Amino acid sequence: MSAFRVADLAREAAIVVCCGSGGVGKTTTAAALAVEGARAGRRACVVTIDPAKRLADALGLESLTNVPGRVVGPWDGELWALMLDTKSTFDDLVTRHADTPEQAAAILDNRLYRNMSGALSGTQEYMAMEKLYELSAEGGFDLVVVDTPPSRNALDFLEAPRRLTRFLENRVFRLLMTPTKAYFRAVGLATQTFLRTVSKTVGADVVADAVTFFQSFEGMEQGFRERAAAVDELLRAPSTSFVLVTSPRPDSVQEARFFATKLADASITVDGLIVNRVHPTFGDAPAPQGLGDLTRNLTELRALSSADDRHLRGLATLVAPAPVTRVPFLDEEVHDLAGLERIRAYL
Amino acid sequence: MDVSQFCSSTRLIIVAGKGGVGKTTVTAAIASMAAAEGLTSLIVEVDGKSGVGAMFGQAEPLTYDEVVLADGCGPGGVGQVRARALTPDDALVEYLYDHGMGRVSRRLASSGALDVVATAVPGIKDILVLGKVKQLEREGPVDLVVLDAPAAGHAVTFLTSARALADAARAGPIRVQAEAVVELLSDARRCQVILVTLPEETPVNEVVETAYRLEDTVGIKLGPLVVNGVYPQLAGLGEDPESVAERAGVDVTSGQVSALRAAADFRHRRQELQQRQLERLGERLPLDRVELPFLFTAEIGPPETQVLAGALATGLRAL
Repeated sequence: MSAFRVADLAREAAIVVCCGSGGVGKTTTAAALAVEGARAGRRACVVTIDPAKRLADALGLESLTNVPGRVVGPWDGELWALMLDTKSTFDDLVTRHADTPEQAAAILDNRLYRNMSGALSGTQEYMAMEKLYELSAEGGFDLVVVDTPPSRNALDFLEAPRRLTRFLENRVFRLLMTPTKAYFRAVGLATQTFLRTVSKTVGADVVADAVTFFQSFEGMEQGFRERAAAVDELLRAPSTSFVLVTSPRPDSVQEARFFATKLADASITVDGLIVNRVHPTFGDAPAPQGLGDLTRNLTELRALSSADDRHLRGLATLVAPAPVTRVPFLDEEVHDLAGLERIRAYL
Repeated sequence: MDVSQFCSSTRLIIVAGKGGVGKTTVTAAIASMAAAEGLTSLIVEVDGKSGVGAMFGQAEPLTYDEVVLADGCGPGGVGQVRARALTPDDALVEYLYDHGMGRVSRRLASSGALDVVATAVPGIKDILVLGKVKQLEREGPVDLVVLDAPAAGHAVTFLTSARALADAARAGPIRVQAEAVVELLSDARRCQVILVTLPEETPVNEVVETAYRLEDTVGIKLGPLVVNGVYPQLAGLGEDPESVAERAGVDVTSGQVSALRAAADFRHRRQELQQRQLERLGERLPLDRVELPFLFTAEIGPPETQVLAGALATGLRAL
């Protein structure tokens, strides 16, 4: 979706995915975009992963409820907020796809499954996207803004559905569930050695848990795969926008460039770039010399500002023609609706 | 505190903090400071993407193979900074090799079976990495290992996984390895954690929470807290630009006066915010504290690493 300003996305897109590295103000930006949507009369929901405590309080997110809560404010539309609970989103998904309540219970009770939401990389990303799908397709929201989890891998949230499906279809363990002689030959010598080693090093119950898990899961892979495909399709729909959030610091910009490149490789267009904490220039009058600390301070701060420019120039070209929004350093951290309003004004 | 004593009090220093607080910069500064004391220090990075090489003028990303980043740093030409990467995958492949599974390890890794194991045994990847770090601490030819811990909320999980696994695994080599790691982490003569933060609200909250959780759950020794990016105080900042200009006999335009004034105001406000957060930090976390100056340069290269190592040494001496 093309836009002249990032704020346009909040008024027109059905979904806005905020991506970028950790510590650049992604959560705050996502919340401000949802406020913009509510201001435009839309029914907007922001899905956050790990908000700072005071912002969470301001949005009424004191606990992980996993259902949107309404935030009251001076807008024509509606603002809802939700803090993602990976575990219960996954539980819901299992319950929905299970053929019988017994099948669901057997999975929910399995030790391997119980570890998945905390330990299997990509699970949090996938559940964020799953929640996004659920809210957008079934929740009756005009706009869903999602804040992606800070991850080491830029595209975890896009790749996670596929990775999870692959995990659930794991050949080695599936073959183990039918341990006839022929199947064992198919599993191969290397796998047997591997499984023996696993049993020896971490305990036989680990292998037993895994086998039970995959047995319980039998028959549900198809449903999961279809759902993953639907989520992927939604993320690639024209009404879904991607906003890259960064700070002008060289390491953040480096990561943002990496992100933008990876998105482009996945045929996803960046629809907006938001740069938080940009240093001011203090006008264009040249710094007078010989005024001691006053001169030094202005020179030092302007050096920061021109470094910001230098770092951002290449990034802006990389995501062109996406609009670039610069949000200056604010005097206070954003932890209330008034703060979100201040940010919104720059979008 | 004596700097050489600090550098040799434990053979392992773990640098931990939220992403974006300058954890890698502080890792580089510690390693560099130790090298200036004539020690050989080894930087170990586990995230697979830190820019620590650039801080010593080396553009290449780190690999599994150790490289020398700086040499002859201390008195008499001794003292070195070395560095290497150590990802969970590296550690796993090495572990499998050591356990006679070298030939099949990569193929199994690509089949996804290892994902299943890693999920069934949460923390196993962390244990593999920390087990290898323990080996470096015990046997390595270096005087000091400086570990740049994983960012984000991972630090606590990373350091608590050993105890969880030692409790969960009933027997076998993984349990032995987990126990050895727990022993290392809880031994104040072998290992300490340096927490890094910024003088800002959220980083302060997070470092306080991390410090208490690490003390409660791991029983790990916490070294001095490092606060990165503190604006140096400028005495003349409060003066009126016009009077200063008049005194100095410099002609200034009104545009220049307002630029000077706005810049001074900006710095004042930021300094006040930082001071407020430093006070909060002091009230909530009774740890020794070293402040590192905010650097007005765009990138951290060798000269900046030197400046920070010097500031760190000065701060430690003042404790």
